[in-house]
Amino acid sequence: MAEPAKEIVVDPGLDETIKKLTSEKIEKTINKVLTKGAAARLKVYMQTCVHCGLCSEACHFYLSHDKDPRFSPVGKVKQTLWEIVKRKGRVDGEFIKNCSRIAHTECNVCRRCSMYCPFGIDMAYLLLLVRRICALLGVVPQYLQDTVNSHAVTMNQMWVKQDEWIDTLQWQEEDAQDEVKNARIPLDKEGAEIMYSVIGPEPKFLAQLLGNISMIMTVAGMDWTMPSFDGWDNSNMPMYSGDFENMARVERKHFEAAFKLKVKKIVMGECGHAFRGAVYDGPKWLAWKEPPVPLIHAVQFYYELIRDGKIKIARKFEQPVTIQEPCNIVRGRGLGDMLRYIMRAACEDFRDVYPRYEHNYCCAAGGGVINCGPPWKKSRVEGNRVKAEQLKATGAEIVVTPCHNCHSGIEDIINYHKLGMHVKFFSEILVDVMEIPDELKAE
Amino acid sequence: MYEFVSGPLVWISFIVFIGGSLYRLVSMHKLAKKEKVIYPYMSLKYGLRSIIHWVIPFASTNMRRRPLMTVATFAFHICLVLTPVFLLSHNVLWRQSWKISWWTLPEGTADVMTVIVILAAFFFLARRLVLPEVRFVTFASDYVLLAIALAPFLTGFLAYHQWLPYKTILILHILSGELMLIAIPFTRLSHMLYFVFTRAYMGSEFGAVRNSKDW
Ligand code: HEM
Ligand code: SF4
Ligand code: SF4
Ligand code: SF4
Repeated sequence: MAEPAKEIVVDPGLDETIKKLTSEKIEKTINKVLTKGAAARLKVYMQTCVHCGLCSEACHFYLSHDKDPRFSPVGKVKQTLWEIVKRKGRVDGEFIKNCSRIAHTECNVCRRCSMYCPFGIDMAYLLLLVRRICALLGVVPQYLQDTVNSHAVTMNQMWVKQDEWIDTLQWQEEDAQDEVKNARIPLDKEGAEIMYSVIGPEPKFLAQLLGNISMIMTVAGMDWTMPSFDGWDNSNMPMYSGDFENMARVERKHFEAAFKLKVKKIVMGECGHAFRGAVYDGPKWLAWKEPPVPLIHAVQFYYELIRDGKIKIARKFEQPVTIQEPCNIVRGRGLGDMLRYIMRAACEDFRDVYPRYEHNYCCAAGGGVINCGPPWKKSRVEGNRVKAEQLKATGAEIVVTPCHNCHSGIEDIINYHKLGMHVKFFSEILVDVMEIPDELKAE
Repeated sequence: MYEFVSGPLVWISFIVFIGGSLYRLVSMHKLAKKEKVIYPYMSLKYGLRSIIHWVIPFASTNMRRRPLMTVATFAFHICLVLTPVFLLSHNVLWRQSWKISWWTLPEGTADVMTVIVILAAFFFLARRLVLPEVRFVTFASDYVLLAIALAPFLTGFLAYHQWLPYKTILILHILSGELMLIAIPFTRLSHMLYFVFTRAYMGSEFGAVRNSKDW
């Protein structure tokens, strides 16, 4: 079969790092990964897969590339892991670079394919193993590695310093007070009911979301707090590069912040991968069956607020809207119905998508793919033509994306495929439509 | 020759099949215990829920998307497992050697079921050759495995109808059946052993952890 005839993407994270690899190092690393820790599932999956190709149509990359078999889930595993196992780890740097391209930039580890395989083989897990090998060899797309470095050094994704973090919160608190009297962002309040955590890019690029939550919490009368110290960032890029040691440090820190503040539960902002890290990958690596502190995603939180009448809708949002169902909270946590509940509660004209619920397509940004940065953007947006077609078919003008990666990813898809739509977080709609009681209205 | 393949070799292949399968399952269990998260995640309820959705024809989304494949694979597997167990002439052999016997299939039905296995195997072969996504992930061993599964049925069919030299075909039939048994624990045909476990694991993850469906 011909080698991929793809555009060459220049990425020093791959091109330069492979120059330092020796064949002994590659072989040793691979054997370590494949025999330690990963043995049971890897072995059974390898012996069970009957090479039937039935998982192919699960993958948006495959569908968007006119069914090019190199992009099918099993096709990606074949080009990487099968070859590695067959050659007993005796592969060269160029091969590892290809592995990183496939595993880091052409798979979102969205796990849609495991619903299509008759054996339930977890291809996303196998491709994460490939990422693990690449990461241990230092071969990771440069932009992604930079966020990992930031996590390792600062415990947040964006090199945000503590004073910047606190400044941003205070500035957003003031902004929120323009709309809601007494809006607060209580810092380090011990014994509060809720700790609210967000991802690093929020204070950096989307600070108004922090103002939004301040308004929502104040109107709903919640007893909440945010940590001023490390652990406030719930995002986790090492989880996606394959640097699981740092993934575990980040997850621990997040939970430790909750312990330190003695809160009853954590509410996480609108992000899919962060939620997955806290609820699934993190605990799994740390050999915990469940997160040590109860923890819910913003969608569930908004659902509870609206259902219990803590937030009332004054007038519904009028433009036609649809949703991007983030895999990590819908396929990964079953929040599809709650998402529809809040959408219908807040919007006049909600247009559902098809396929939907756990069968919805991934946005192609998740799994760290968007974090691989500008060099890989074209391949990412071209790899999700089916998403563009799916959104277009709804006829909506606004796409609500309760996930940061989806948000940026869908925006890129809309622009590239000229859909003329706009993207919003749910909180942006909610602050627009919620009823602010008279006594809380700012003059 | 006939005495050997129909005597000691049958014993050997059953011992290898059963012993090998047990060995496979025990080593899977040992490895799975080392991966600390596997057993704690397993849930009987969600494991069964998943298995049930994947052993009933058209109960999963992907099966509904590919009706022809679904019909072929269910027909293939059902006939492949049931025909040899409930075949009259096999039952005669059980009775002769072990004095046990059970319900048998009418001969005509068994003949049809054999033909179904053969046709389905050719359907799998055609799929492998024609569909790019299957061809891309096909190894030579996939054809060999298909041949191993097909051979006992093809030779059994020929032997029953006595279209070719009966004695030779019969010996080939017995040999290929033995080969298939021996191959199950040591090749990807071991998907037969692992199916319930991989399904139960994914079903448990989807049900108990991710709160959603895996079909
Ligand atoms: C009894 C338990 C078994 C189960 C649950 C099972 C299940 C499956 C499944 C889910 C597939 C995937 C593709 C498809 O749907 O066709 C498959 C394929 C296959 N099975 Fe089985 N199987 C079993 C036993 C066997 C046995 C005993 C054999 C033969 C010795 C066999 C031979 C095959 C072959 C050759 C394929 C590949 C078809 C292809 O080439 O695409 N299976 N099986
Ligand atoms: S992108 Fe999703 S569907 Fe495609 S291979 Fe990766 S996990 Fe599977
Ligand atoms: S992963 Fe599953 S669906 Fe895909 S080729 Fe292997 S057995 Fe078939
Ligand atoms: S960004 Fe959103 S859709 Fe994409 S993988 Fe994450 S949760 Fe899934």
